[in-house]
Amino acid sequence: MALLDVTDLTVSFDTPDGTVKAVNGMTLSLDPGDSLAIVGESGSGKTQLAFAILGLLAKNGTAGGSIRFDGQEILNLPESKLNAIRANEIAMIFQDPMTSLNPYLRVGDQMAEVLMLHKGASKRDAFAESARMLDAVRIPDARARLRMYPHEFSGGMRQRIMAAMALLCRPKLLIADEPTTALDVTVQNQIMELMADIQRDFGTALILITHDLAIVAGSCVKTLVMYGGRVMETGATDDVFAAPSHPYTRGLLNAVPRLDVPQEKLETIPGDPPDLTALPAGCPFSPRCPASHEPCATTMPVQEAFGAGRLRACHAAREAVA
Amino acid sequence: MSAPLLETRDLSVTFKVARQGGWPWSPPRELQAVKQASLRLEPGRTLGLVGESGSGKSSLARAIVGTVPVSDGRVLWRGEDIVSMDTAAQRAHGRHVQMVFQDPLDALNPRMTVGQIVAEPLRTHFPDLSKEQVRAKVGQMMERVGLLPALINRYPHEFSGGQCQRIGIARALITDPELVVCDEPVSALDVSVQAQVVNLLQELQREMGLALLFIAHDLSVVRHISHRIAVMYLGRIVEVATASELIANPRHPYTKALIASVPIPSPKAERARHRPVLEGELPSPMSPPSGCVFRTRCPIARADCADATPAVMNIGNDHLVSCPYHSSTEASPL
Repeated sequence: MALLDVTDLTVSFDTPDGTVKAVNGMTLSLDPGDSLAIVGESGSGKTQLAFAILGLLAKNGTAGGSIRFDGQEILNLPESKLNAIRANEIAMIFQDPMTSLNPYLRVGDQMAEVLMLHKGASKRDAFAESARMLDAVRIPDARARLRMYPHEFSGGMRQRIMAAMALLCRPKLLIADEPTTALDVTVQNQIMELMADIQRDFGTALILITHDLAIVAGSCVKTLVMYGGRVMETGATDDVFAAPSHPYTRGLLNAVPRLDVPQEKLETIPGDPPDLTALPAGCPFSPRCPASHEPCATTMPVQEAFGAGRLRACHAAREAVA
Repeated sequence: MSAPLLETRDLSVTFKVARQGGWPWSPPRELQAVKQASLRLEPGRTLGLVGESGSGKSSLARAIVGTVPVSDGRVLWRGEDIVSMDTAAQRAHGRHVQMVFQDPLDALNPRMTVGQIVAEPLRTHFPDLSKEQVRAKVGQMMERVGLLPALINRYPHEFSGGQCQRIGIARALITDPELVVCDEPVSALDVSVQAQVVNLLQELQREMGLALLFIAHDLSVVRHISHRIAVMYLGRIVEVATASELIANPRHPYTKALIASVPIPSPKAERARHRPVLEGELPSPMSPPSGCVFRTRCPIARADCADATPAVMNIGNDHLVSCPYHSSTEASPL
């Protein structure tokens, strides 16, 4: 059975400028211990998808559809029930570790609180377990570090602390939202290695949210490409990279300069990321798509299966086969 | 090789930082942002500058543009020292060197229209131009960078990130400069838009014969746009070579580690790579390690690395490396 089943999820926000449609009918599923990368540019709705799973949407946000976790419907659960799932079953690592750690509390107190609250552990046990976890994410001298404040750590160390904190209750699913965007490449490399170790050692399922295709290539088994709050394409990472089926995926892959292959000129995707208050009736990518034609702007293509466990939503790709 | 347009010789930049927890009258501590950096850039070429945050690449760029004071060394423009010029001469020189910044929206005054923003350098450097001339030039430049001239009276917040960066580029190019210093010009942009801006810079370079000093932490982008690349670590330039040589045949252990850290968007290539992880993080520039600054994280460090700063060696083909134990025996970590 799938660990996570998202069906027809929609997320929208009421703002003074109109309704912002961040997620528009997303469907995805994730097996226990699996790793899925959700790739998209700013405004593709990837973070709001994660927030909807954890029930962290802003007050003006409404979510519809269904999110089943471990067989239980968790979308729009009351706060009290959600609190039993958050951290215990699903944990999240955020982009900026400094703003997600409490600057007034020692790292040890913040970590121990998680265990005392969710597992009813004693203070002594909670601190001992926190130290073990800091050790597991390779923070040297963990015992002494528990007494330090977040500002005393570097960016990479803070991200390790976030990871340690997320793992304290041994969650079944870890959602990492751009965990390395604020970090340098050498530190990014360290954190991505850590993510791989976590998956192996704890058997945690991972959803990695990122805009960086290069990170995905080395870290996740499956890849899902999002645009304008919709799934453009999904499948095994190897297949998606080797034979991208959607024009947006192809565009993204060609727009990234590669260190190993010199390119004469980068291919670009014309235009800008979509305006979520005024999405086209059809495919959100159609205004920028090189293969855009008659039905694209008016009808959203249906998601169709093809190849080995792959899905895509594109009129042009389907017609090319037919 | 043609005569350099710009050359820095043993350029150092030092900032004074108040002592933490000290008295107001305690003498400030010194932070060496750049130490003895020597670079040269030929007309119409691109020099890429890479390094992690805190490596001093922005400080070096700002010293070249003249927005932070040079504490030691020289900046030569066509062989003439800029640092010792008088203020009027420095101002006049300013029109040859312009800058493009990282955050496109932050670098534009929100109360000025696009037309005013792009025209401002003209008003400073060519005060004799008539209003019509300025307007015509601004219109041409906007068109050149891919903005509709009809948008001349709009404000920055009405534009997307990529368009704002185009405005920043138009402002930099309006005085017809010979050198444009780009400080992380694409790192705040989405992937699809980043490619547009990189291509635009390359086109403009070809058409206008611009020299570019291109600073970024993303080695893939730097490699794509640069002719030569300089690698900085903790205020020092550790290796300089042509872009293809640096990637294919890196010599300095830091350059190797940096290349190994760059992910490649291909699952096959990723699996085939040997990627040693560089342990630890950048030491504080307030108290850099003695001798070679990289020795605390260096996989091939020896005891004598702590003794003296390694000299810069030319190992042929204008490939400069400052590590006495550099080797080419291992394969490139690509």
